[in-house]
Amino acid sequence: MWRRYLLSGLALGLLSAVPARAYVAYVSNEKGNTVSVIDTDSWTVTNTIKVGQRPRGIEYTRDGKFVMVAVGDDDTIQVIDTKTQQVTDTLPSGPDPELFTQDTTGKVLYVANENDNTVTVIDLEKRARLGDIQVGVEPEGMAISPDDRVLINTSETTNMAHFIDTSSRQVVASVLVDSRPRFAAFKPDGSELWVSSEIGGTVSIIDPQKHAVTGKIEFAIPGLRKEAIQPVGINMTRDGKTVFVALGPANRIAVVDGASHAVTKYLLVGQRVWHMAFTPDGKYLLSTNGLSNDVSVIDVAAQKVIKTIQVGELPWGIAMQP
Amino acid sequence: MIRWLIGAIGLTAVASHAFAADPIEIHIGYLRLAGAKSTLSLVEQPAESDGVAGAQLAIDDNNTTGKFLNQHFTLEELRLKAGDDAAKAATTLAERNGFIIADLPADVLLKAADALRDRGTVIFNVGATDDRLREEDCRADVIHVAPTRSMLADALGQYLVWKQWKRWLLVTGSHDNDRLFAAALKRTATRFGAKIVDERTFEDTGGARRTDSGVALIQRQIPVFTQQAPAYDVLVAADESEVFANYLPYRTWDPRPVAGSAGLEPKSWDASQDQWGATQLQNRFLKLNARHMTALDMQAWTAARMIGEAASRTSSDDPKAIFGFLRGPDFSVAAFKGTRLTLRDWNLQLRQPILLVDGRMVVSVSPQEGFLHQASELDTLGVDRPETKCKLH
Repeated sequence: MWRRYLLSGLALGLLSAVPARAYVAYVSNEKGNTVSVIDTDSWTVTNTIKVGQRPRGIEYTRDGKFVMVAVGDDDTIQVIDTKTQQVTDTLPSGPDPELFTQDTTGKVLYVANENDNTVTVIDLEKRARLGDIQVGVEPEGMAISPDDRVLINTSETTNMAHFIDTSSRQVVASVLVDSRPRFAAFKPDGSELWVSSEIGGTVSIIDPQKHAVTGKIEFAIPGLRKEAIQPVGINMTRDGKTVFVALGPANRIAVVDGASHAVTKYLLVGQRVWHMAFTPDGKYLLSTNGLSNDVSVIDVAAQKVIKTIQVGELPWGIAMQP
Repeated sequence: MIRWLIGAIGLTAVASHAFAADPIEIHIGYLRLAGAKSTLSLVEQPAESDGVAGAQLAIDDNNTTGKFLNQHFTLEELRLKAGDDAAKAATTLAERNGFIIADLPADVLLKAADALRDRGTVIFNVGATDDRLREEDCRADVIHVAPTRSMLADALGQYLVWKQWKRWLLVTGSHDNDRLFAAALKRTATRFGAKIVDERTFEDTGGARRTDSGVALIQRQIPVFTQQAPAYDVLVAADESEVFANYLPYRTWDPRPVAGSAGLEPKSWDASQDQWGATQLQNRFLKLNARHMTALDMQAWTAARMIGEAASRTSSDDPKAIFGFLRGPDFSVAAFKGTRLTLRDWNLQLRQPILLVDGRMVVSVSPQEGFLHQASELDTLGVDRPETKCKLH
């Protein structure tokens, strides 16, 4: 134990010198009010950080220096210094922040505030609020186009994906999708927007130019009732060829062909799988399993679950070191 | 870049054009009786706005969505006073509203529905739990958002059986609706393998629900009333009339839990429900009304949301088109219960999970694990398709 600690400490210090292999992932535990720190070399939890009430959305800053975690019941976003692994600051989000996204430069942060139908815009350098954008009822999913020009917000009760022009901060189009849209993700080339509908049980494929739904992915798992299939998190490989969709209480992650949109496989993970993150080398995908209090590790090439890591109570979000 | 700019300008033009046109107006009426019933517990005394406040919140939610679709929703409330003609009132309301949310007792609801027959008005029953409204007395243009007594009884029964509390002492009030709930509980016991070991009736002898020395008297009455019962696991009370059930917990002769109309109660909603994103809805409701959200509020919210959902999917204000969508295979609504809610096509009853609550917390949610069904596990609650007596049209 003592030796391992020393070694990992050493590895951290030498990180810039050695070829990157061991990464750090941060997992928000919604009920535990903690963040678990996972080392992807040993696949163990190396630290548990106490945070505010109900941590959910979690992301690294682009420079890798900080991890931001939305603590909804404290109406703020806390900032964890990745060097000291301690909460050092808060961001001026609106009430009940849940998910957020940042532009590619890492200068502007967009936060979905579930309680007042707004998206809050935050200057990350100054840590100051720049403004609010009015959207539909219960904003949740957030995504930004690869060229930073279009911000997507999904509203859960309005059932829309709102297209927001990032320069004018105006909603320019709203596209209806199935019930309770929770997550949005652009294809790496920006050609498609994927939106998961938790209650509708589908993933809508949207043409971002035409603002129209062009396809819909449905899921069917033998022996499982349809209502249990509740798509949430969506993660795509860097080439956009393979897409992973977390199916919530179906306890599975669907593997989808990025081009044909066909479901090719279902991977059995822990209970109520929420969100996922790739290691930077793209070799592994980690998923948070809310009800079984663990994280599954998937070998991306083999499309196999290779490991399960116990974390805190009700793990929800996951952020991977950039 | 230039292409994008042009695209953005084009969109702005479309958007401003849309907003320049008059929005599609969707008018919803709300029909209820004036005056509120009296409850045993002072904290459960319903507010003046019980039910209609939920509908109003859904109207606000629909209008937030409507901003993006150029749709606008309105709510008009009408209260029937004693002696008012329900048929006349419903007709008046239907002149201005294509949809009516009704919180009415079964007989009054049928009067209103029959007065509006073939008019194209769609009625949403949010208040009456009577099974007969979905069975022998079903109507083709009435959608039932309120769960039935048999759904509520089955939800409770599944949990009690799962808990291995299979021996029930059934205590029934002396009013008709109490007996209907007791009948539903007996049906549940037969379906799920519970046994009613003894049945007692609590006579309503009249009198005030609140008196200055009430507690001392009740403390003497209830132990005696529940004395000499055969061995039982749980006392199940059927007291919709609010005469005695809330007197039972902690006062029974044998130390046993109470369920049904007091203790562990089956409900479509509760102010303590915080799963599946419900906190957001509870917060919105609290902010708007400065009180907690009841089951009736939620039933009315769901009804108005169903109209909003169908209007956004059909881009229409035509009750016929909206009703068609609601009855069709593509309809489902999210209502913070962890699963999509759909309509039973044979009697237009909304399928829904039922919460089991103790007044402070959600204890469990039915259907329980292991109660299986070939079509939908939600159909393990209440009267199922093969048993139905309903013939729509």
